This record gives sequence, C-alpha cells and structure tokens, in this order.
Amino acid sequence: MATLTAVRPAFGGFSFDNCKRNAVLEVEASKVGCSVPAARKTGTTICGVVFKDGVVLGADTRATEGMIVADKNCSKIHYISPNIYCCGAGTAADTEMTTQLISSNLELHSLSTGRLPRVATANRMLKQMLFRYQGYIGAALVLGGVDCNGPHLYSIYPHGSTDKLPYVTMGSGSLAAMAVFEDRYKPDMEEDAAKQLVRDAIAAGIFNDLGSGSNIDLCVITKSKVNYIRPHDEANKKGVRVTELEALKLTGDYKYKRGTTGVLTKAVTPIDLELLEEKQQDAGEQCEEERRWSFLKEGTKRLKKELMTDWPNMTAREDVTTDKQT
Amino acid sequence: MRGQPLLSTVIHREKMAAAPVMMPYFGQQISSKSDLVPDWTRQEVSTGTTIMAVEYDGGVVIGADSRTTTGAYIANRVTDKLTRIHNKIYCCRSGSAADTQAIAEIVAYQLGFHSIELDEPPLVETAANLFRASCYRYREELTAGILVAGWDKRKGGQVYSVPIGGMLVRQPVSVGGSGSTYIYGFMDANYKPGMNKEQCMELTAAALSLAMERDGSSGGVVRLASISEEGVERRVILGNQLPKFSTH
Repeated sequence: MATLTAVRPAFGGFSFDNCKRNAVLEVEASKVGCSVPAARKTGTTICGVVFKDGVVLGADTRATEGMIVADKNCSKIHYISPNIYCCGAGTAADTEMTTQLISSNLELHSLSTGRLPRVATANRMLKQMLFRYQGYIGAALVLGGVDCNGPHLYSIYPHGSTDKLPYVTMGSGSLAAMAVFEDRYKPDMEEDAAKQLVRDAIAAGIFNDLGSGSNIDLCVITKSKVNYIRPHDEANKKGVRVTELEALKLTGDYKYKRGTTGVLTKAVTPIDLELLEEKQQDAGEQCEEERRWSFLKEGTKRLKKELMTDWPNMTAREDVTTDKQT
Repeated sequence: MRGQPLLSTVIHREKMAAAPVMMPYFGQQISSKSDLVPDWTRQEVSTGTTIMAVEYDGGVVIGADSRTTTGAYIANRVTDKLTRIHNKIYCCRSGSAADTQAIAEIVAYQLGFHSIELDEPPLVETAANLFRASCYRYREELTAGILVAGWDKRKGGQVYSVPIGGMLVRQPVSVGGSGSTYIYGFMDANYKPGMNKEQCMELTAAALSLAMERDGSSGGVVRLASISEEGVERRVILGNQLPKFSTH
C-alpha cells in the first residue's frame, strides 16, 4: 500500500538522520565481534503513594551498565521545585537531564507567576517535551508533590503519556512493587504507614528484580516540609572482611586435638620428591628477564671481586674529591 | 515500538500492515538487548480499548473501558478515556496513549481559544474538525482513533468519528478501539433509532461489557457519561456490577 509523503524541511529540534546509519553500524559491529557502547541505565524500582497529608516517593539506588552495576548508590529522586520531586527510571542521562531542564524552566515560570509551582504544570512540561522527542528520550518518571490544590502523583512514560493515580510504580521492578501496593494500599494513610508501604514496595523490587538493588531512598513531601531520607533503609549491607584468626574466633575451631582418635599402627615411608619450579612467562619477557638476571649476576660478581680484593687497601679514589676537614 | 500498539487497534487492517514497515529499526528505542529490563517496559503505552458513543434526542451517551496497557502489563487499570474538550464536548480516546493525550490537549486549547473569540459555546462539528485536522496532517506519525461527542445549540447531540488516518464522519452510533470488532454484530442487532437516554446508557454498558469480556486489551471498569443541554452526568460501573452474559 503506497503512501505519498511530502518531504518536510526540518525546522529545529532533533535530527533523526543518523538513526538508520547507527542501526546499520550496530549490525556491522556485531558481525566483526565488537559491541556498540550501551547507555548506562537505571534498571530500577521507583514508586510513589499519596497519603493523608502528602506524597511519599521511593527509589532503589542501583545503576546498571548491561550486566554490571555501574553505581551502587546513585540518587534517583530528583529535585524539581521546593514542593515537587521526581523519581526517574530508564536511561540515567535522560532522566537526569530532563528533570534538570524542567526544574530550571519551572523556576523561571514560578518567578514569572509569583506563585509556588503546581505539580500539574511540571507534568505538562515533562509530557510535552517527551512527546516532542517521540520516545527517544528514555525517561520513565514518577512525579509527586504538594501544591495549593493538595497532594498529586503522576506517572510519565517515555512516549509522553501520563496517568494521575493514588499509587504508581515504574521501572523494571515495577511489577514486584505494584504487587505490594495492590495488596496493602489504603486511601488516607498516615505518614508512617505510607513510608513503610513504600519501603516494602521498593524492597520487593530490590529482592525480586535483578536490575534493582542496594539501598532504599525515600522522599516525604507534605505541605509544610520535604523530608529527603537518603538512605532510608540499607537493605543490602556489604559484608565485613575479617582475618582468619578473627574468623576462627567468630566461628569456632573445628580442629580436633591430637589423641582424639586412637592410633592402632603407624608406618612411615619417606617419598623422594623432585621439586620443579614452574613459572608462566611469555618468550619475550623471559629473554628480557634472563638478560636482566645475567647482567645483575655479572654486576654482583664484579662488585664482590672489587670489594674482596680492594677492601684491605681501600683508598680514596683520585677522581673523587672529598672535602676533608681536618 | 510503533509496530506493537497498532496490532491491537484492529480497525483498518491494511493500514496496520503498512505502518510497521515505515519504521524498521526504531523499535528498540529505549534499551539494548538487556535481560534485566523486561519486554513490556520498552513497549509504548497503548489504550487497546473499547469506546462507544450514541446519539439520542437531546444529547449523547459516551462510554469507554478503563484499561491502558504496555505490552502485556496493565499500566493503568482505572484510566479515564472520556476526555473533556469543552464544557459539553467530550472525546473518547483509543490508540496510543501519548498520541491521543497530546492531541486532545492541543484541541482543547485550540477550542477554548476559539470559544473565547466567539464568545459562545463552540460547536461539536468544530471540535471534530480540529481533531481531524491534526490526525490527518500527521497521519504517518500518529496512532489515534477518536470519537468526538457532545451537545450544542445548533444540532443538538452529535457523534463524530475520527478513526486512524484522519477521516471525519458523523454517525448516530459509533464504536471504536480493539474491542469494537467483537460488538459490531451486537450493535447492528440492538441499536434502534429513537431510544431515550436510559436505553442508550443500558445499551452502551451492555456493549462495553461484552467487548471487555472478549478483548484482552479492554477491561477494568465501565465509564459512562451523558451530555445534554442540562450538562454532563458521569457514571462508573465497577467490575462486579457489570451486566453479566453467558454463552453456556
């Protein structure tokens, strides 16, 4: 089915000309055996909940680069305005830059209106920007805050759609966190109950999703104040290394004293063993090292000879003058 | 993932076949082949949906399900797909959630501006034409199937259908979304011109329940609204209160 598309001149904005080329490069690179560098992602669990007096936002703190943890303690709850914070999942750079851009624009807007910014305004700005980039900015956000109309919570998807809900989860661990929310969410919770619920939801993501891990950060936003708790819960403390002696003390000695087992007969047979020393070295290194060793050996031989023979008759050398003070 | 949501809104099959070809490599936009990130996080959010609008003498009744999906995961199970464009003009959204939200907000702005210029409530036909203008101009980029319905003084209750591609047609009754395919027969058999408001409400609720039962991308609650000279009346029918049908 042929469709006629008039070529529209590009006016401003993103240029997607290189996308086809990049796709071809990726295929070519994999043929040779190289891999295209991967953007660092926050495979993540983020969530938010509206409670009686405000909103609680929660996030884990693991940033991954493929299968490796790039950052064990990264901060995923970003500042938007004094009364609005935003959790970000997806490509780390995209969430960071997007939230910073909107935060800056919102501050200018707030100075222009002379009012505290509204969460709906931040939502509009974010969704319009993400829609403009047609999903190429990989930022999945949980936006929450308290303004003159009360507490609000939005989930914003990379293509620019938003949902306004009492509880939301995003990221690779969102299914695990949503399970906790669907089970225990109640409208108009108290702050402590809400914090505990968010903590448990993020913990579910951390322990059941490979892309999420480390600690749990919380951000409690109410009309009067913001409580940024980082970390709220160190769910994964690093083990403490101990020496062998200390370990023995902690775990106990499993060696038995001599004489525990009775000896019936004893026969000792000496075995002649030939000790061989094996060193792994490549040819060039070996030659080099042998040369160094032989050089050293020659040097020490000469020194020994000099010292041994000249020692009794050691006198000051003529070419060396020493300031001898008498 | 432009290909995926189009498969679920199966109104014009030929158009669906062409669309995935337009963007060959642009599927994996957000992530690489990482196993850590499950498949549905990379899918675009779609309102694979059932929407419906019926005219009666004195107004319109509109209805929609409440499910928004990203792939196989339900991103929002209580979505409100009946979006206010003006006081007495609403639209029912199906297709890509991002596209339809963006279009609806743009049209709401344009219509609000127009209404202030006119110093009069705007016509439903005007709203429908604004939708059509955006949907047709950007037809290659957008995936949006919209029903525009409302009441105005000139022609009373009206329903306009703006499907994918940007056609505009006025119809006494219209259904849309991926679940609509299951209820064309039901609509042909049970819609009769000259029904009153309550009958329209019952018809809509029944049709949507049937579609939600059969279509995987539709579900949740049924949201209804009636628009007339008196104003807008909204209703929600929860899952356990839906009319029950059984084939056995």
